[in-house]
Amino acid sequence: MASSTAGAHDHPTGLRRFLFSTNHKDIGTLYLILSVIGGMVGLLMSVAIRAELMHPGMTVFPGLAQILNGADPSMATDAGKNLYNVFITGHGVLMIFFMVMPALMGGYANWFVPIMIGAPDMAFPRLNNISFWFLAVSLILLVMSLFVEGAPGMLGFGGGWVFYPPLSSNIGHPGPAMDFVILSLHLAGASSILGSINLITTIFNMRAPGMTLHKMPLFAWSMLVTAFLLVLTLPVLAGAITMLLTDRNFGTMFYDPAGGGDPLLFQHLFWFFGHPEVYVLILPAFGLISHIVSTFSRKPVFGYLGMAYAMVCIGFLGCIVWAHHMYTVGLSLNAQRYFVFATMVIAVPTGIKIFSWIATMWGGSISFRAPMIWAIGFIFVFTMGGVTGVVLANASADRQLHETYYVVAHFHYTMSLGAVFGVFAGFYYWFPKMTGYLYNETLAKIHFLILFVGVNLTFFPQHFLGLAGMPRRYVDYPDAFATWNYLSSIGAYIGAFSMIVFFYTVIEAFLRKREAGANPWGPGATTLEWTLPSPPPFHQFETLPRITGTEH
Amino acid sequence: MSTDTRQFITRGALTAAVALPVVLLAGMAWAQVEGQPTPGGVGLPATVTEVGHETQFFYNSILLPIITFIALSVLGLLIYVCWKFNEQANPVPSKLTHHTGLEIVWTLVPILILVFISIPSFRLLTKQVEIPEAAITIKVTGNQWYWSYKYPEDQGGGFGFDQLMKADTDLMPGDVRLLSVDNEAVVPINEVVKLQITANDVIHSFVIPAFSIRMDAVPGRLNETWFKAEKEGLYYGQCSKICGKDHAFMPVAIRVVSREKYEEWLAESKKKFAAAEAPVKLAESNTIR
Repeated sequence: MASSTAGAHDHPTGLRRFLFSTNHKDIGTLYLILSVIGGMVGLLMSVAIRAELMHPGMTVFPGLAQILNGADPSMATDAGKNLYNVFITGHGVLMIFFMVMPALMGGYANWFVPIMIGAPDMAFPRLNNISFWFLAVSLILLVMSLFVEGAPGMLGFGGGWVFYPPLSSNIGHPGPAMDFVILSLHLAGASSILGSINLITTIFNMRAPGMTLHKMPLFAWSMLVTAFLLVLTLPVLAGAITMLLTDRNFGTMFYDPAGGGDPLLFQHLFWFFGHPEVYVLILPAFGLISHIVSTFSRKPVFGYLGMAYAMVCIGFLGCIVWAHHMYTVGLSLNAQRYFVFATMVIAVPTGIKIFSWIATMWGGSISFRAPMIWAIGFIFVFTMGGVTGVVLANASADRQLHETYYVVAHFHYTMSLGAVFGVFAGFYYWFPKMTGYLYNETLAKIHFLILFVGVNLTFFPQHFLGLAGMPRRYVDYPDAFATWNYLSSIGAYIGAFSMIVFFYTVIEAFLRKREAGANPWGPGATTLEWTLPSPPPFHQFETLPRITGTEH
Repeated sequence: MSTDTRQFITRGALTAAVALPVVLLAGMAWAQVEGQPTPGGVGLPATVTEVGHETQFFYNSILLPIITFIALSVLGLLIYVCWKFNEQANPVPSKLTHHTGLEIVWTLVPILILVFISIPSFRLLTKQVEIPEAAITIKVTGNQWYWSYKYPEDQGGGFGFDQLMKADTDLMPGDVRLLSVDNEAVVPINEVVKLQITANDVIHSFVIPAFSIRMDAVPGRLNETWFKAEKEGLYYGQCSKICGKDHAFMPVAIRVVSREKYEEWLAESKKKFAAAEAPVKLAESNTIR
């Protein structure tokens, strides 16, 4: 930065503070803002999807295509079908890469990993800056892809967030939309790799004196595992989409059987990244839920080491189960057997975590503050998503349920309910620390209640649709599926409404300016961030804290 | 702690024991039309193959009770701890953070449950994947956005046809919107039918829920699956791998008939589709790579 006299204690303001920021808290805030933007666009897309599916027949998207794409009324039905596919793709990519990841990894990890381990900042502050701006540019590229040609005569890429060729190659989407998506993913991937390197270095080298790895807060543990997953798997995705890019533009045949390639190669490479990615989305939530449960039960986390190594174990297993997304592509019997076995094993460390959270509450003195309500909600909905995961792990049952709404219900229970409840639990837990203000508890609880009812009403009936055989990514469905789709759409509207309560809660908190104090949560909050004032000073821990706490 | 543990387990078991039958009843399928989805249905569709029956058993009698029990146990435990250990009821928190016995139990019990699940799971998987001696082989090709069928010459066929969804304007009484097609594929009852599945352009997926079959149609690969239908009727499925604009509009329809009717249909179809045969053959040379 320009100023050299002030050195490390520089405190830039305004545009310079945020555009060129090297401060982990400011960058964390930027990430949180980005995740709100990404999340809102993704949410609006999902509302449009549910509106279309509320009744059988093409009802919403032909009109939407005329408004958004300027489609000719005579072509509106086809443009609407395409736009629907573009929306489900956009919804998936936005929610994964531009909502949950920026919130949990970019936002909370940037803010709180350094503080929790007693470090003044991240190890590489400038790297931190560029990893944020890569992601911002990546979002712009993704949005641009919506407005250029994809399938012949159609706008945007509509092949699902899995990007399977040949649908994503020149056969399905010859237009440049998919190239924009590939470049967007490259930038998002580079952003995450740089962010992960930063986190790993910070956690390994900058822990306060006395803080051994086995005394490190579980949120830092969860981020360590997450960062390793990203560093190991994102390069594989980068390779896969680079080959797709050369297939599309430079005449290679990696995924084209006409030239000796294989479309399934892409699926293997994609899921080698894609499956660990879902743990990237949920592990940080595991970490922060542990803190919240412990804080509001006024008890240390039960079985700390088991919790930490369960996450390591989940991370490792997450890397060796990818083909359970591919049971129906024509895998050999033995390959399917292996992936069934490996996938089912993941239930064991996940069970350890669920039971340990309950055991942490057991014998505690639980105060039902807003973050705790969200955390309890998380434990329940994640269990729901987990058990249907055990069903789908069985290739034999998956034969009936693959690519149906059962799968949609399953991963939304783990992600849209699980990870999102984690995001909100973390938000309500750390909001007083980040801003220095208390929010209105009642409003936060109303937000929980509305969202909890809304998402359960949205996704529980989808189990029934899936069992009955309704396929995913369908713009229209046989009339027999109408009942549960109708209920599901009502639920989605309720869930979407809860966001208005959320924004009101945040605005109210900023307007009322109720002082939070250093530690609004009482003696249960034992991690280092609660020893600092709220909001923390621009540069914290100029004298490193010394950790003398008991062994776990 | 030992009394606590006992309470821990009894409470969970009690809650589940009460709630389980309710959920099981709810999970039971209502009256179903075979071959197509039931309005408001909450369970698996009625199946007409041995693999289908075993899938039903595996899901309805093994997986569903287990996952319901686990989910309700966790819910019960959560409610119990919230009630028993809230700050009014229990103002002084215990300092308990370790219990090796408990940790071993909640590691071992899930392992045992998984082993229990895996036995029928692997048996069914083997049955699905290992194809018995087939009486009839049919080649199915996925296209944007319809299915093509080829019946081989040496089994009395020697013709091929395309199967397209009927537009809303062409629906006859008794047809089902989005499921009814122009040309139904026909197979005989109680005979093993082997399907060879591939695709011409992008990946599609061939599915018939009532047979419990699902196989992706991947360009450049010839995937195989099988079924042996035990009941005559018309069975629908829908493409299950996103394949572009009309993904939702390329249903599958297979009619199961007696051997005699099947022979009649073969003879009729040979004449009916004779004109279309030449272009199908031409297409084939590009299909198999």
